[in-house]
Amino acid sequence: MRTRVFLLVLIAVAAVVFFAARLVSNDYVFFAGYTVLQFVVLATAWNILGGYTGYVNFGSAAFFALGAYATVFLHKLYPLPIPLLIVTGGIVSGIVGFGMGYLTLRLRGAFFAIATLALAIVLQTLVVNWDYVGGSRGAYIIRPNEIAFIGPYIQYLFLLMLALAVIALTIARGIERSQLGYGFATIRDDELAAEASGVPTLRLKLVATTMSGALMGMAGAPFPYYIGYLQPSSAFALDYAVNSIAMPMIGGTTSWVGPLIGAILLGSLQQIATVTISSAVNLLIVGLLLVAFVIIAPNGIVGLVQGWMRGRAK
Amino acid sequence: MGEQVGLSFDLLVNALIAGILLGGFYTAVTIGVSISFGILDIVNIAHPAFIILGSYIAYIVNARLGLDPIATSVVMLPAFYVLGAGIYQVYYESFERRGQEALRGLSFFFGLLFVTEVMLILVFGVDYRYVEAPYIGPSWRIGVVDLPLRMLVPCIAALAMFAALELYLSYTFIGRAISAVAQDQLALRLMGASPIRIKRIAFGISIATAAVAGALLIIIQPVEPSVGREYIGRVFAICVLGGLGSLPGTVIGAMLLGIIESFTATFYGPSWAPAVAFGVLLLTLAFRPAGLLGR
Amino acid sequence: MASPLLEVTAVSKRFGGFVALDGIDFTVAEGERVGLIGPNGSGKSTLVNCICGTLVNETGSVRFNGETVDRLLTHERTRRGMARSFQLPRPFTTLTVADNLRVPLLYTVNARPGRALSPAELDARCVELLQLVGLADKATHLPRDLTQVEMRKLELARAMAAEPKLLIADESMAGLSHSEVDDIVGLLIRLNERGITIILIEHIMRAVMRFSQRLIVLVSGKKIADGTPDTVIRDTEVERAYIGQ
Repeated sequence: MRTRVFLLVLIAVAAVVFFAARLVSNDYVFFAGYTVLQFVVLATAWNILGGYTGYVNFGSAAFFALGAYATVFLHKLYPLPIPLLIVTGGIVSGIVGFGMGYLTLRLRGAFFAIATLALAIVLQTLVVNWDYVGGSRGAYIIRPNEIAFIGPYIQYLFLLMLALAVIALTIARGIERSQLGYGFATIRDDELAAEASGVPTLRLKLVATTMSGALMGMAGAPFPYYIGYLQPSSAFALDYAVNSIAMPMIGGTTSWVGPLIGAILLGSLQQIATVTISSAVNLLIVGLLLVAFVIIAPNGIVGLVQGWMRGRAK
Repeated sequence: MGEQVGLSFDLLVNALIAGILLGGFYTAVTIGVSISFGILDIVNIAHPAFIILGSYIAYIVNARLGLDPIATSVVMLPAFYVLGAGIYQVYYESFERRGQEALRGLSFFFGLLFVTEVMLILVFGVDYRYVEAPYIGPSWRIGVVDLPLRMLVPCIAALAMFAALELYLSYTFIGRAISAVAQDQLALRLMGASPIRIKRIAFGISIATAAVAGALLIIIQPVEPSVGREYIGRVFAICVLGGLGSLPGTVIGAMLLGIIESFTATFYGPSWAPAVAFGVLLLTLAFRPAGLLGR
Repeated sequence: MASPLLEVTAVSKRFGGFVALDGIDFTVAEGERVGLIGPNGSGKSTLVNCICGTLVNETGSVRFNGETVDRLLTHERTRRGMARSFQLPRPFTTLTVADNLRVPLLYTVNARPGRALSPAELDARCVELLQLVGLADKATHLPRDLTQVEMRKLELARAMAAEPKLLIADESMAGLSHSEVDDIVGLLIRLNERGITIILIEHIMRAVMRFSQRLIVLVSGKKIADGTPDTVIRDTEVERAYIGQ
C-alpha cells in the first residue's frame, strides 16, 4: 500500500519534471536529462546488488551494452516499438546476470567481482567480432524525428527513461521494506549467520544479480535510438562501469535515496563539465571523488547528512 | 590468417613455443597479484594499472635517456615498493581495520585503477608508445622453431623474478612470515612479527613487481593507457587456475593460459584472444572451486 | 520414547590430511540437555558445523526428527527446527537488535506451512523474545552498542526466534563474570523447560556441569565418553585428556 503511494508520488514528480523540461523548449535539456536519468537507473540497479547484498559488479557496462545490442540485433530483424525492446533487453541482461551469479556466487564475493570485470572485456570481444551487429565499425539506427502525441523523438526517449527511473526506484524502495530487503541485508552482513537464520542466501543472491542485470539491460535498450550510431566502444564505455559504482558510493548505498542523489549530482556535474572541459578530466574527477568518498565518507552523502542530523539532535 | 593452413607440425610447435614465451611474460604480470590476492587476500584489481604505469616510466626513460627498459624497471623497484606500502597503509586504515574490504575496499582499488588510467591518458594521450632495445626485432631460429628475442628476453626476465621471489619467500625470515600471514596470524605474533607490517612489506613487493612487468610489457607490445584492462581478466584467471597463494602454481597457470591463447590466436585469429582468459576463468571457477579456496 | 530427535552416525570430516572428526556416533532424545565438551581443537565446532550443514561431512549421516538431512542446506535444516548460536557472536551488524530477530521470524517461522505472522504479530514476537533474554530496552540499538554478555543473549534470542526443536548453543562464556555465566545457564535451562532440546558446547566446566543431564566428550576428533556428568567426569580417559591439556 505504501509502495503504491510512493509510486504515485514518483509519477507525479516525473510528470512535473517532464512538463518543466518541455517549458524550457530546448532539446538539449532532453538530451542531457536522458543521460542523467539513464545513470539514475544504472546506479539504482547497481545498488540493488552492490549496496543491498554487498556483491560488487564491475561489469555494469557489459549489462548495459547487452541491452543496447539486443536492440540493434532485433532492429535488424524487425523494427519493434521501444518499450518492447526495453523488455527484451532486460530479459537478455537478466539471464546473463543470473548465469554469472550461478557460476560464481557459491565462492567468495571477490570472484564474482573479478568475473564481472572480465565479462565486459569478453562481451566486447564478441561484439567486435560479430559482423551482424556491426562489428568494430558499429551500427546505425535511424531515429524518426517525430512521434505521435509527444512530438520530438528525443522527448519520447526522455519520457521512456523517466518511466524506467520511476520503476527502478520503486523496485529498490520496495525491496528495502520487504522480507527480501532483510534477506539482502543479512547477506551483506554475515552469510553464515544468514543461512543459520533460515535465509536461502544463494537463491536471494541470484534474485539480486538477475534483477540488477535486467534493470541495467533495460537502461541500455533505448540507447541505440538515443545515440543513433552504436559502436562497441561507446556501448562498453568505462564511463558506465565507473559511474554506476561511484554514484551509489558517493550518494550512499544503504537506501534508494543514495544512488538517486549520486546520479543526479554526478550526472549533472558531468553534463555541465563536458561542455566546459574535456571528458577525460571529467572522468578523472569522478574517479577521484569515488576514492575520496570510500575513504572519508563510507556511507556517502546520505551518511554524512544522517551523521549531521544526529549531531544536531544531541 | 587468410591462407588455409593445415594442422602442420611446424605450426603446432611454433604455437606451443610462442605460448610458453607468452606464459613466461604472464608470470611477471601475475606474480604481484598472486602475492596480494593469493597470500594477503587483498583483491587488488588495480594491479594492471600499476603495470601500465611501469610501462610508461620505462618508455619515458628510454625515449629521453635511451636506457634499457628492464634496467630502468630495476632502478624503479624501490619507488614502486614505497608506493605499494603506502597504498596498503591507506587500505588497512580505511577498510581492512574496519572490516569493510568487500564493498569499499574493492571500490577503492577500482577507483585507483580508473584514476591511474585517466591520468595517463591526460598526460600521454591515447597513442601507442613503444621502446627501443637491441633485442627488439631480431629472432633466433632453431630448426623450424622461431624464437623472437622480443618474447624470449621478457620470458627469461620474468622467470628470474619468479625464482628470486620464491627463494625470498622460502628462505628468509620475512619471506616465511609473508607465507604464514595467510595461514596463521597467531603464529606470526608468536614469532614477534606484526601482521600489519608483514602485509605492508608483502604488498610493497607485489606492487614492485609491476615495475618489471610493465617494462616487459612495453618490450612485447606497444602500450596505451587502456591496455591494462585486458590484463585484469588474464591476471585473475591465471591466479585462480594456478591455485591461490602458490607462486609455482602461478607459473604453471601462466604457461597454460599463454599456450591456450597462442593456439587460439594461431587457429582462430588474435582478435579472439581476450575472450580466452575469461572463458578459462569461468570454467575454473565453475568446475574447480574447491581447489580455488586455497584449502 | 520413539526414535531420538538427533541421530549422528559415523560422521567423519577431514581438512586436507588433517582428520577433524573420526566416526562420531551419538543420539540426543527429545527434551534432553546435553553438554558437549573437549579440549581446543578436538572437533566440537566442526561437529556442530556438520550437524547444521555449514560443512559437509565426507562419511556418515545426520538424522533429525526422523529425516535424513545430509543433503539439506543450512537454511533448510533451520526451517526443519534446528537452530544454532555461534561461538563468536555473528550479529547482523547493520540491522537493529529487534530486526536481527525479525530475520529468522520472516525466513524460518513464516516459511513453515500454515504459519504467517502479521506485521503486528512479528513486532510482538520480537518484543517477547527480547524480554525473555532481557534485551527489551535495546530493541532499536545496533549490535555494536551491546556488551559482550548482551551480544551472547542476542545470539541466543536469534536462534530462539526460529522456534527450534533443537538448539545447538556453541557458547563461549570465557571472559564473562560469574553471575553472567549463571545468567546464561539459567536462560538455557528455562528454554529447555519450554520443551526445547539443547546441546551446549562450552569450556567452563562449572557451567556445563550445572546445565547438562548428559555429557559427551570429544578428543582429537573421537568420542571418548558419553554418559551422566558424574560418571563421565570420573572417567580416567577424560581425566587424562584434560590433564594433558
